[in-house]
Amino acid sequence: MSATTRFLPLAVLLLFVGAVAWRLAVPRDDRVASKLEGQPVPLFALPAALPAKPGLASSDLARGQPRLVNIFASWCVPCIAEAPMLIELKRQGVPIDAIAIRDRPEAIAAFLTAHGDPFDRIGADRDSRVQIALGSSGVPETFVVDGAGIIRAQHIGPITVADVALLRRAWEAAR
Amino acid sequence: MKRLLLLLVLTAAPALADSDLPAARWANTQLPDQRQEAAARALMEELRCLVCQGQSIADSDAELAGDMRALVRTRIAAGEKPEAVRGWLVERYGAWVTYRPPVEPLSWPLWAAPLALLGLAAWLVRKRLVRRR
Repeated sequence: MSATTRFLPLAVLLLFVGAVAWRLAVPRDDRVASKLEGQPVPLFALPAALPAKPGLASSDLARGQPRLVNIFASWCVPCIAEAPMLIELKRQGVPIDAIAIRDRPEAIAAFLTAHGDPFDRIGADRDSRVQIALGSSGVPETFVVDGAGIIRAQHIGPITVADVALLRRAWEAAR
Repeated sequence: MKRLLLLLVLTAAPALADSDLPAARWANTQLPDQRQEAAARALMEELRCLVCQGQSIADSDAELAGDMRALVRTRIAAGEKPEAVRGWLVERYGAWVTYRPPVEPLSWPLWAAPLALLGLAAWLVRKRLVRRR
């Protein structure tokens, strides 16, 4: 047995241990990003989620001014965590619309009363149809849409304090 | 008390991770046309659930998987071809969403692997037979 073949098993073992150690140190990113970035928002028209607020249609997202579209739900716990960040973005002058996923008007109203309401329009997506059309895979997610209705960025997961500046910059870049 | 807390912890997360809306119309109901249902079913088994990422939407209990099943059935019932529905989803989520990966440079090794392994096996067998003689 030559020296190379003798150490081959050890080399294989080290490679395996190395691969495992690397994956433990750098966990796989299992977020599924929408492939529609840079493309127009798909055509949709959602009914109003609340009686007092208009619903949301794709035509509302192509009116010359960039907007955020927040995909949320009253039953979504991380959505509570990101609510103050959306309020802060609104305070900074960023217009925000929302799509409520699989939700009821009473539940949405209670959620907005408890956690604040930064939304101009809220569309009700009761069977996730528009969510799927947008390439979104969960709640919460936030899309940046420019004035021509082109999707400029997607934020997956709750908006953290650090993400506020990032989203604001993405929104400014879309102007 | 501890047991109650444990029970609360175990039940809280799933209860809050789902809406309380019923499943979509065609999520768990077969299409009346058997041929369409078979086509929809075959496609659902090859589409990956976005929530529980190792399962197909046919196998998954996640709400989004149910909504995707409803979407597949509705479109197939409307006369759309399964490949068109798959393409529509791939446009949104990338080739990731289908269990039938497209042949593209990135997936060449995947398609070539069976051939390479067969070749390797043939070579090993031949080596053995030649040595025997």
